[in-house]
Amino acid sequence: MPQILALTGNEAVAYAMKQINPDVVAAYPITPQTSMMQKFADFVAGGEVDSEMVLVESEHSAMSATLGAQAAGARSMTATSACGLALMFEILYIASSYRLPIVMPVVNRALSGPINIQGDHSDTMGVRDAGWIHIFSENAQEAYENTLQAIRIAEHPEVLTPVMVTLDGFIISHGVETVTIFDDDKAKKFVGEYKPRYTLLDTKKPLTLGALNFSDFYFEHKATQLEAFNKSAGVILDVGREFKKTFNSTECYEFFEAYKMDDAEFAVVVLGSTAGSVRMVVDDLRSRGVAAGMIKLRVFRPFPHEELAKALKGLKACAVMDRSIAYGGDGGPVHIEVRSALYGIHPAPMMCNYIYGLGGKPIEPEHILSVFDDLKEAVVKKSFKRRVGYLNLKE
Amino acid sequence: MIELRFHSRGGQGGVIAGKLLAVAIFKEGKFVQTFPTFGVERRGAPVMTFVRISDRPIRLRTQVYSPDHLVILDPSLIQFYDVTLGLKDGGTILVNTDKDPSELNLPDRYRIVCVNAAHIAIQHKLGSITQPIVNTAVLGALARVTGLVKIESVVAAVKEEVPFKTEANAAAAVDAYNSMRELVLA
Repeated sequence: MPQILALTGNEAVAYAMKQINPDVVAAYPITPQTSMMQKFADFVAGGEVDSEMVLVESEHSAMSATLGAQAAGARSMTATSACGLALMFEILYIASSYRLPIVMPVVNRALSGPINIQGDHSDTMGVRDAGWIHIFSENAQEAYENTLQAIRIAEHPEVLTPVMVTLDGFIISHGVETVTIFDDDKAKKFVGEYKPRYTLLDTKKPLTLGALNFSDFYFEHKATQLEAFNKSAGVILDVGREFKKTFNSTECYEFFEAYKMDDAEFAVVVLGSTAGSVRMVVDDLRSRGVAAGMIKLRVFRPFPHEELAKALKGLKACAVMDRSIAYGGDGGPVHIEVRSALYGIHPAPMMCNYIYGLGGKPIEPEHILSVFDDLKEAVVKKSFKRRVGYLNLKE
Repeated sequence: MIELRFHSRGGQGGVIAGKLLAVAIFKEGKFVQTFPTFGVERRGAPVMTFVRISDRPIRLRTQVYSPDHLVILDPSLIQFYDVTLGLKDGGTILVNTDKDPSELNLPDRYRIVCVNAAHIAIQHKLGSITQPIVNTAVLGALARVTGLVKIESVVAAVKEEVPFKTEANAAAAVDAYNSMRELVLA
């Protein structure tokens, strides 16, 4: 029987890790590490998992240890947040280039400076080109479910690419909500046993990792890495379908959820926990006769350009909400992608971008409502007041 | 949906209070959500914790701006902040203090209830005499004052979620609950 529990997002993900039962978990044990590893360490101490827990002196070492263990054929995980992820930067690229199917939950928090520990998407957006699959979660339930699915996606023989599953700092990570934890046997069966395709310890099939590739093969190496990365798109959908069937879920496990989009004229594209509040605003607008809708983006890497273009095509106007800045770019990172997805699409909706919620700045229904108001006004006036604006910024 | 806001200082256990309340109410079959806004992670920094209670799944992800009830773990916060901001008329304000409601300088359109949770916490050796950890005592009082949750559920939540001084924390909640029984009935 599934258990229904009151859990923080961090605990929910720790439960997923317990069911995954990784061979090795390496973690830096103090802040910016979160209570996720604390909960998982409880499972280790209580003998509820078989994992070898390695406490290391930095996140650079945490990712290095995870990488080493995974290369040796062990299913390995770590978790981090904010500046911890930044310190891993170098090793993230190495993990993906070694094609190691590491799964890492990341609590999305702001990067210093100014010093801030609260939620925004700056950390994982900063490593968006590190060759990791990047899946966002709206709530603790999704963070739990995405972590289980991530193992299957990462370890798929055609993919063999690391995955980061993210959850919004504090709002999800430290907030308690009602979470359904699936039956252990069923979850373990879904995740499956790890049978590494290549391992350093297999002396019959010797393997070189970390070789030097100069101008002779570096580029070719990267091109094959990208090819495998792109194959993950189909695998993500397959795993989502199987998950839905296995656990009798009614939720959406595609690249994005299209909420009330069938006849929508105005829509917001959003990531993570804010989707919950946008959903409520859309319902409110619908009850007042406004054809509002929402795209909740779940998979940010690989980015679903074609599918998204199709979903947005018939709209009058749409707004993309970004919880991070891409300095000098055309608005935030999500906006850059969505705008690019619509190039050459006719008729393309009018589009604008809002940066919001940096460093934990609250985002309220009234702010989201103002976005829809701006969209309606822009359609009448045929232009936006500001194509890239801010929400809830003190003037 | 019922919404609560806790005002506390780092180290008093306000965030855990929100979690314990959520777990206790969850045990009674309702949907819950709770999350904190941290300042900086240091002792003494003001912290707010929000709790939502509903019969249906909760999708809203914002801070609580119009709470039904307020819980003040540190009365010194009252002079620095308008803690009552957005509180619904007729809402309950539960304050950890040795003072009387009339001494607190809070608007009288609210139902103001005081509990000496610090005294109860010290009796049970929770925290130190200068920095008692008052969260479990406050929750016991809250159960009595608002009727939002049964004291048995609070005790069950404490036993499940508090790994240290579990019995003392549970006893503090019960003592506070009983102390309010006398006060309210008087």
